[in-house]
Amino acid sequence: MLAMNYRGPHRVRIDHKPVPEILHPQDAIVRVTRSCICGSDLHLYNGSVPDTRVGMTFGHEFTGVVEQVGPGVEKLKVGDHVLVPFNIACGTCVFCQQGLYGNCHESNPQATAVGGIYGYSHTAGGYDGGQAEYVRVPYADVSPAVIPEGMDPDDAVLLTDVVPTAFQAAEMGGIQTGDTVVVFGAGPVGIMAARCAWLFGAGRVIVIDCVDYRLDFARTYAPCEAYDFRSLEDPVVFIKGTTESLGADVCIDAVGAEAAGSALQTVLGRKLLVQGGSATALHWAINSVKKGGIVSIVGVYGPVGTHVPIGNVVNKGITLRANQASVKRLLPRLIEHVQNGILDPKALITHRIPLEDVSDAYRIFSAKLDDCIKPVLMPPSARS
Amino acid sequence: MEHTPKDPSQVLGWGVDADPKNDPTYPMKHRTDGEHAGYSWGRPPRQPPTVEVLHSIERSDLTSAFGTSTPPSGASGALRRFAFQYSESSYGHWLPLMLADRVGVAEGVLNDLKNGRVPNVLAERGWKAEWKHDRTGLVRRILVRGILFSAAVAYFRGKSTDSR
Repeated sequence: MLAMNYRGPHRVRIDHKPVPEILHPQDAIVRVTRSCICGSDLHLYNGSVPDTRVGMTFGHEFTGVVEQVGPGVEKLKVGDHVLVPFNIACGTCVFCQQGLYGNCHESNPQATAVGGIYGYSHTAGGYDGGQAEYVRVPYADVSPAVIPEGMDPDDAVLLTDVVPTAFQAAEMGGIQTGDTVVVFGAGPVGIMAARCAWLFGAGRVIVIDCVDYRLDFARTYAPCEAYDFRSLEDPVVFIKGTTESLGADVCIDAVGAEAAGSALQTVLGRKLLVQGGSATALHWAINSVKKGGIVSIVGVYGPVGTHVPIGNVVNKGITLRANQASVKRLLPRLIEHVQNGILDPKALITHRIPLEDVSDAYRIFSAKLDDCIKPVLMPPSARS
Repeated sequence: MEHTPKDPSQVLGWGVDADPKNDPTYPMKHRTDGEHAGYSWGRPPRQPPTVEVLHSIERSDLTSAFGTSTPPSGASGALRRFAFQYSESSYGHWLPLMLADRVGVAEGVLNDLKNGRVPNVLAERGWKAEWKHDRTGLVRRILVRGILFSAAVAYFRGKSTDSR
């Protein structure tokens, strides 16, 4: 089968690999119909996630048709068209039982700090991902959901990560009616988080980024205020100035490890890789939120220490909330929102690129070429 | 400010998920107090290990399911085995893994060559897309790097001439 093959930082290609096999009774093999490149894939692409091995296939946002099931699979059937949440969850451990499907204890032997994630390095379990023609799906009865009849597959594929992550970012913000919410980052998750903030009753939503076309998109899609931090002398002072010197009620970090805006953070986190990423957005979020406010983190960082103003968290009485999205928990509500027309995820998709052109797709997304917001890889069978 | 709705309630779906009780505790966790009853559960059947799979020393054994992509091998594999002697809380774990990743890149090139394949680095880096969508940026980057490289070569050549 065709599969994306990681060869080192900024180097990926398409190669032939063996079709995956059932390795566990609760496995399914899925023929991929859509597979996105996620902003967090860029952390892998840039070589900043430890234990990212040459030869691995990335991809944790995908839909596909069930081709084969293991003897322990009872709900999914061959032929089902499913959306597959990015978390690999057993459904039985103490964390899954509590709804923390992003923190499963039975899916990642390599690290206890994160559950298994498709195609996200050995630090997240060593699973090959969905940027391929076929993919192995463990615990197939737990997280994968049959795509509801009539739902556009482009909407479905964004329900595997982007929409739940953005929705949970807003949910973790504990947004109260009338709150001012600042979202750092106008990538797909940041834009969708701004959109979701309204669903929780926000009174004002502000997005901060430095990519003009994405800010323009956020203004009309969310809809919200959107500012280029390069045109603001200091984004923290700007937020304070526009909130009567108090700060925002809720700040959301939807950027993570690749943030621009601080030379020191860029050197330490993106060039030297001596910390778990460039934490500029998180730094701004902590300093922009009001005293007693909430900072919600969905941006992805590496596992080592990262330079953030933790003293200000204490002194301001800030509540930090963060997690990988619990996709399975959120799916029923989000499917409802898509079916009712409240959320329109597919509008984020700007590029549909053949899987065979995966090298170009990564370049387009990572260098923000051609006004790219969200690229979807289309395997040959999905194009015919 | 012009894009801020004057009346937020006019935004489609405004307030449909509002939850005044979510302020702030553990709303993402369905509290069962299961921890207090003990950390045991009926584990799913164990996937038979068919390749070498390293596991964190912060847990006693492998998880019931795990990935089998790219098992450790070569010098990078030795570094990874070394790293897994340390906990996730230690730089002794993460720094050798980062080093192993870089060694793995060199091993990948050698493996390609061994298999009679010269890696097309320009294609792998997606330069075709960059040529199509940002030709000026690509040319500028190549020029800047070329100038920096030439300057470095000239500098070190000058130094080696001086030392003679």
